Amino acid sequence: MAYSLVVNGQTHSVDVPADMPLLWVLRDTLKMKGTKFGCGIGQCGACTVQLSGNAVRSCQTQVSTVGARAVTTIEGLSPDGSHPLQKAWLELDVPQCGYCQAGQLLTAAALLVKIANPTDAQIDTAMNGNVCRCGTYLRIKEAIHLAANGGRRA
Amino acid sequence: MKKTSKTAQLDRRQFLQVSALAGGGVIIGMYVPAFAQQGPGGRGGPQIPWSLAPNMYITVHPDNTFTIIAKNPETGQGIRAALPQIIADEFDVDWTQVKIQQADLDPRYGPQNEGGSRATPVNYDPMRQIGAGGRLMMVTAAAQQWNVPAGELTTGSGTVKHAASNRTATYASLASRVASMQPPAADAVKAAYKDPKNFKIIGKPIKGVDNVAIVQGKPSFSIDFEPEGTLFAVFDKCPVFGGKVMSANVDEVKRLPGVKHAFVVEAAGRGANSLASGVAIVADGWWQANNARKTLKVVWDEGPVASQNTITYLAQSKQLAATEATKLPPEGGRGGAAVGNAETAFASAAKVVEAEYYFPLLSHAPLEPQNSMAHYKTDGTLEIWSCSQIPNAQNPALGAGIDPAKITFHLVRAGGGFGRRLTSDYDVEVGKIARVVTEERAKAGLPSVPVKLLWTREDDISHDQYRPAGYHFFKAGLDQSGKLVAFRDFVASTNSVIPANEYPRGFVQNFVVNSAPVTPFDIPTGALRAPGTNGVSFVMQSFVDEIAIAAGKDPLQYRIDLLNNPVGDAPGGFNAARAKGVLEAVRDMSPWNTRASLPKGSGMGVAFQFAHAGYVAYVVEVAVNAQKGVDVKRAWCAVDIGRQIVNPLHSQNLVQGAFIEAMSHMMAWQITIDKGRVVQKNFNNYQPTRMSQAPVSVDVKFLQTDFDPTGLGEPALPPAIPAITNAIYAATGVRIRQVPLNSAGYAWV
Repeated sequence: MAYSLVVNGQTHSVDVPADMPLLWVLRDTLKMKGTKFGCGIGQCGACTVQLSGNAVRSCQTQVSTVGARAVTTIEGLSPDGSHPLQKAWLELDVPQCGYCQAGQLLTAAALLVKIANPTDAQIDTAMNGNVCRCGTYLRIKEAIHLAANGGRRA
Repeated sequence: MKKTSKTAQLDRRQFLQVSALAGGGVIIGMYVPAFAQQGPGGRGGPQIPWSLAPNMYITVHPDNTFTIIAKNPETGQGIRAALPQIIADEFDVDWTQVKIQQADLDPRYGPQNEGGSRATPVNYDPMRQIGAGGRLMMVTAAAQQWNVPAGELTTGSGTVKHAASNRTATYASLASRVASMQPPAADAVKAAYKDPKNFKIIGKPIKGVDNVAIVQGKPSFSIDFEPEGTLFAVFDKCPVFGGKVMSANVDEVKRLPGVKHAFVVEAAGRGANSLASGVAIVADGWWQANNARKTLKVVWDEGPVASQNTITYLAQSKQLAATEATKLPPEGGRGGAAVGNAETAFASAAKVVEAEYYFPLLSHAPLEPQNSMAHYKTDGTLEIWSCSQIPNAQNPALGAGIDPAKITFHLVRAGGGFGRRLTSDYDVEVGKIARVVTEERAKAGLPSVPVKLLWTREDDISHDQYRPAGYHFFKAGLDQSGKLVAFRDFVASTNSVIPANEYPRGFVQNFVVNSAPVTPFDIPTGALRAPGTNGVSFVMQSFVDEIAIAAGKDPLQYRIDLLNNPVGDAPGGFNAARAKGVLEAVRDMSPWNTRASLPKGSGMGVAFQFAHAGYVAYVVEVAVNAQKGVDVKRAWCAVDIGRQIVNPLHSQNLVQGAFIEAMSHMMAWQITIDKGRVVQKNFNNYQPTRMSQAPVSVDVKFLQTDFDPTGLGEPALPPAIPAITNAIYAATGVRIRQVPLNSAGYAWV
């Protein structure tokens, strides 16, 4: 089937099966490797992208259901790495292995659009679907606060 | 690039090597025997033949920037920054002038393994020698050029300065002179080491070298590398360990959309890095290849392991304990120890404490599933890109059936390792699959292409090398004063061994550790982060806690009191003063001494561990509600890994992460076996710790004692588990003797 996808502001035409997950359309068809495969069942959040600004699991999103909704991946979070969360992630040296961080960033970015200055509890609720196997949660949370605070340390 | 190579006479004292670069730069390398004094690399590592060929560690570019080689595999432990930091600091350049380049697998670099927290102890001194030797040559070259004494020269930011004449020379401007110099001898280089108080990069908060690429989603991981034309493979193996393909409908699978190849693979080789029997499916895209597994029908010969179950292992361990626990280990037996006469001491003890402890098999579950890419070429060579922790050409060579000398091996960043990638079965598999694909394409007149093998999460959890389970049967005897006078640990073993230097051995007059194997036990086992102690610390530090409570003593002080009274020599490198040091430090940095004021349902626990040459102690505060809901509130951690922390920023991250991994072990992780196959399949029933469950803080203090620097990947994990379960005891009065806790009705709040 042919689908038209708007990914990071660019329209792509893809000819793929209707039930192909958006994750694999991004990785295998569009060759965008930033979105990661972790579990394939929506448990780990490594594949998180935004659909119309909402964080979703791209491994659980069939391409036929995307429609005209804008897809934002880690490659499109900012054109040059200047998103406040990306800067905060670097400032606090968040990653260990780094594999989950694209998904963490997209969930956190969706959160900050909805709640500009979230509490710890609001961050926990929003981020609980994103596993960090290395356990960098303390720094992720601190980085979200840092970005929400305009890059100034509390 | 390399124009000339000055092959200096191989003097035993001379180990540096320089080569001119076309265009005016220089390459500084090292003869590998400088590593040989350090002993072999990580445990289980391949035997790499020592080579006298020079490697290249520093490239001085004409624009006075520097490329420094990162020799070891990176899985998140931060080694891609840490080892180049050591070179750059001794070379005396600015970190901003440095570009890091990952080395390929090459015997000229010596051991290139990630495992056993060995990278820092093995490489710290050789990396200093390379940097200091390079700096010494720059100084010598400037002294010759300006005809001034070398002692009047200083360095900094990749330049040499002569203050008296106000002259400065960049390293790049000295490169051609350095390239024609005789490199200095080892003793001269060691004499030129920086005083550590002048370090500018070692011991400083250096950020991860791939962080910018990671936060922007640039291809960084093994799974991301995909040359033009790559095909994608899955490999379907028998759910029962050791099972074999009898038949499979590969012709039907081959007709599915996108599928290019489907074939049965025969088992080959022995041990962990062998080739399992299975069915390979290769397609244009990975999703198509994996989707084809829905159509794949395999008739398996499940083999003898299909009769094995976890509940049988546990039942047998209890039977073994009933008949074997009071026996003494055979003289010189592996993992056993007997000092004094424990049975006699139990008989005359004022108080006896007995307890049974269990911990389960565990899967590693790094977040990036196992994958590897290989290109088998029609000339019989193979190129591989892999995220193995112990990259070894023998693995793809076994799969492809070729000589390891025909392998070119590229090291690619891994999305976590934790010991899983010490076994490289995926490298064996991809070697085989890539060769068959190339040969089938050649018959059809098609050129060879790379093949990327990617496992599913289910493949990974079902086909791991599992952390051995532990079945421990303890008995302790106390005298009237509460002093521990006799200690026995009987272990029903599933390939598990108690470290010979495991505390409290060496601090009890009558001490026995003995084991007997659970048989049959044919589940593949391997090293998980902190092998040897990641489970043993839970049982030992919990039982010691029970003993302290039975004695009516402060559990932290009781551990110190034991350490103060060694019986004979301390075993196996265990340093009681360092163990005491971390216990006292964690007591002083935490509110341990005010824990009595905590509200009902809250408590603090303590534990310490000597693991992989490091000493780590935790105090943890938890609250437990009436519904067995556990809230790990705060943790304090004291670490002694010697005098120099190479990268304090990443080191703090590693300790906090180890604590959070330990929470997964404690609450939720276990692998059970039913009819020879793994029951858990994915994160839905193998739940890692999530953000809301993490404590508010894990305060970390590095003691920096006067011992050689050692590694940090492992030692911070093991004692976190008993520190939490001991805190649960303090909060509730319920002693936790089995993990994970969710099997006993506990959950995170």
